Amino acid sequence: MTATPAFSPRFGDFGGRYIPETLVRAHEELEAAYLAARDDPEFQRELADLNRHYVGRPTPLYFAERLTNECGGARIWLKREDLTHTGAHKINNAVGQALLAKRLGKPRIIAETGAGQHGVATATVCAMMGFECAIYMGTEDIQRQSLNVFRMKILGAEVIPVDAGSKTLKDAINEAMRDWVTNVRTTHYLIGTVIGPHPFPTMVRDFQSVIGREARAQMLEQAGKLPDVAVACVGGGSNAMGLFYPFLDDPVRFIGAEAGGSGVATGKHSATLVAGRPGVLHGTKTYLLQDAAGQILETHSISAGLDYPGVGPEHAWMKTTERAEYVAVDDAQALEAFQALSRSEGIIPALESSHAVYQGMQVAKTLPRDQDVLINLSGRGDKDMHTVAAAFGVTL
Amino acid sequence: MSQRLRELFEERRAAGQPMFIPYVTAGYPRPEDCVPILLAMEAGGADVIEIGVPFSDPLADGATVQHANEVALAQGITYRDCCRFVKEARARGLRAPVLFMGYYNPMLALGDDEAARIAAEAGADGFIIVDLPPEEAGSFLEACHKYDLSFVPLVAPTTTDARIAQLAAVADAFLYCVSVTGVTGQRGSLADDLPSFIARIREHTSLPLAVGFGVSTRAHVEAVWKLADAAVIGSAIISTIDAAEENRRAERIREFVEDVSGH
Repeated sequence: MTATPAFSPRFGDFGGRYIPETLVRAHEELEAAYLAARDDPEFQRELADLNRHYVGRPTPLYFAERLTNECGGARIWLKREDLTHTGAHKINNAVGQALLAKRLGKPRIIAETGAGQHGVATATVCAMMGFECAIYMGTEDIQRQSLNVFRMKILGAEVIPVDAGSKTLKDAINEAMRDWVTNVRTTHYLIGTVIGPHPFPTMVRDFQSVIGREARAQMLEQAGKLPDVAVACVGGGSNAMGLFYPFLDDPVRFIGAEAGGSGVATGKHSATLVAGRPGVLHGTKTYLLQDAAGQILETHSISAGLDYPGVGPEHAWMKTTERAEYVAVDDAQALEAFQALSRSEGIIPALESSHAVYQGMQVAKTLPRDQDVLINLSGRGDKDMHTVAAAFGVTL
Repeated sequence: MSQRLRELFEERRAAGQPMFIPYVTAGYPRPEDCVPILLAMEAGGADVIEIGVPFSDPLADGATVQHANEVALAQGITYRDCCRFVKEARARGLRAPVLFMGYYNPMLALGDDEAARIAAEAGADGFIIVDLPPEEAGSFLEACHKYDLSFVPLVAPTTTDARIAQLAAVADAFLYCVSVTGVTGQRGSLADDLPSFIARIREHTSLPLAVGFGVSTRAHVEAVWKLADAAVIGSAIISTIDAAEENRRAERIREFVEDVSGH
């Protein structure tokens, strides 16, 4: 098994740069700026400094003893990205790209958001670094994530509702791309996950890899060994790639939990790698949920952050090379894990992360007690209270 | 390469006659409107016709063409239907070269070779694919060559000089110049920097140039003709269809094309 090339436009047949001509120059400039920054000790020092003093890194690695005992199998460890500033892993990438935008001399930042976590993270770093900020968000998501919408506005961002198509993350990305095509000279598009044209999948992976680098060192220190399995939820796939990548050459099994929605058989889901096939969307060649004619399908998940018909091209590559396994976890299963973790450990996970928790628990049950399952707890669940209450028939 | 397309551009340039290229989204507003609209465009003076292949995520298009895409997709229009419309229009006498314009995924879903094969079989002349820069077009370009179809690269105001030369090297009939830094749609006036943009392209290539995005009126067309070989109108065609009585869409398109092209 060969490692992914450190900086290539493609991951096997996936990835690339399928973009309108207007955006080609911006991508070339971004690529050059990122390569220079990556090798610049000053940039890395600045990033590490912000990660430590602003984001709150390193985040803890927590041994979930009660959850482990409940499952009765392998030890379960949680990488606590929910404890970062703003409450999800999204901030790792937002800080990195905002530093880069500063280098590019662009005064304005735009972003898309689904659950609102990336929107909040982007609005946060824009406030901190003094960027003008606009966040595109589907009206369906605005409705189910009203708390995060208000947070973004408090942080000084403009939240632009997107009423097209399925009114979710995919359509917010389309609209952000249209803004970027129009304002590319002054604007950086801070893509929130490992999707999009080169160099975004690689760059976002690198910024998120701090998760796996820390977790690897923490496992060695606290468990005395590497994990046997690493589990993360996959929408676009940035928290999963951030966790997996530093373990790429280790004998660690990778499992990505996609959103099974109402069940893959119902067609109402977002399990792209489980049920999709390759195509081109949002500037990259990757697995997509699409019909026979190449039209992108509407998706469903109880978690807005996983509600996307594509997936990072490096995940597509990991699937086809069988480096990682991808499974679907449906809405009901995610809710079950949401409750289980809340009650056994006093940690309320985001609905996105609950998909990973569910799959991690299932895997732990099948493994002996001397093995270790590492789950990325990518975000906290405060934002999901209204959704969960509605699912349980409770009016808040 | 489409011989017909290339020769047409060469002939018109030699004769000093500027060209007009209207665009319509296939199947908008109803599938049965497409062939009559194509024929009406030619009757009104269209030299080349662009047929928009509907896609669910048209991220370089403004509100007008987005809406046309949605309406077409709601009626189940596929890329195969687009080819069928061309075939039917050819059977009914359409002579103008036809280019498919759109996004890559509907073609990729069929496979590059099959997508090109059915286009050629239907009598189409080539492709303008907004999200397929030449760097990513390897196997698609091969398929175009195999079936004698043209691949038309786009050039934008943000394109660097070095890249203009590379894009020109890929083109076989003409270059499509995106007049604005932005999405498709009608605007009050042409971009102020259009003359300098076109001049910059001319420094690197003698290929024919078509200018589109933001061109919508007779005055715009005349201004474009002073700079380039052809003017493209899209969103204003869609708006003309919207304004037309249901049974007179083709007639109104013929009148509109006559008016703006002066042909």
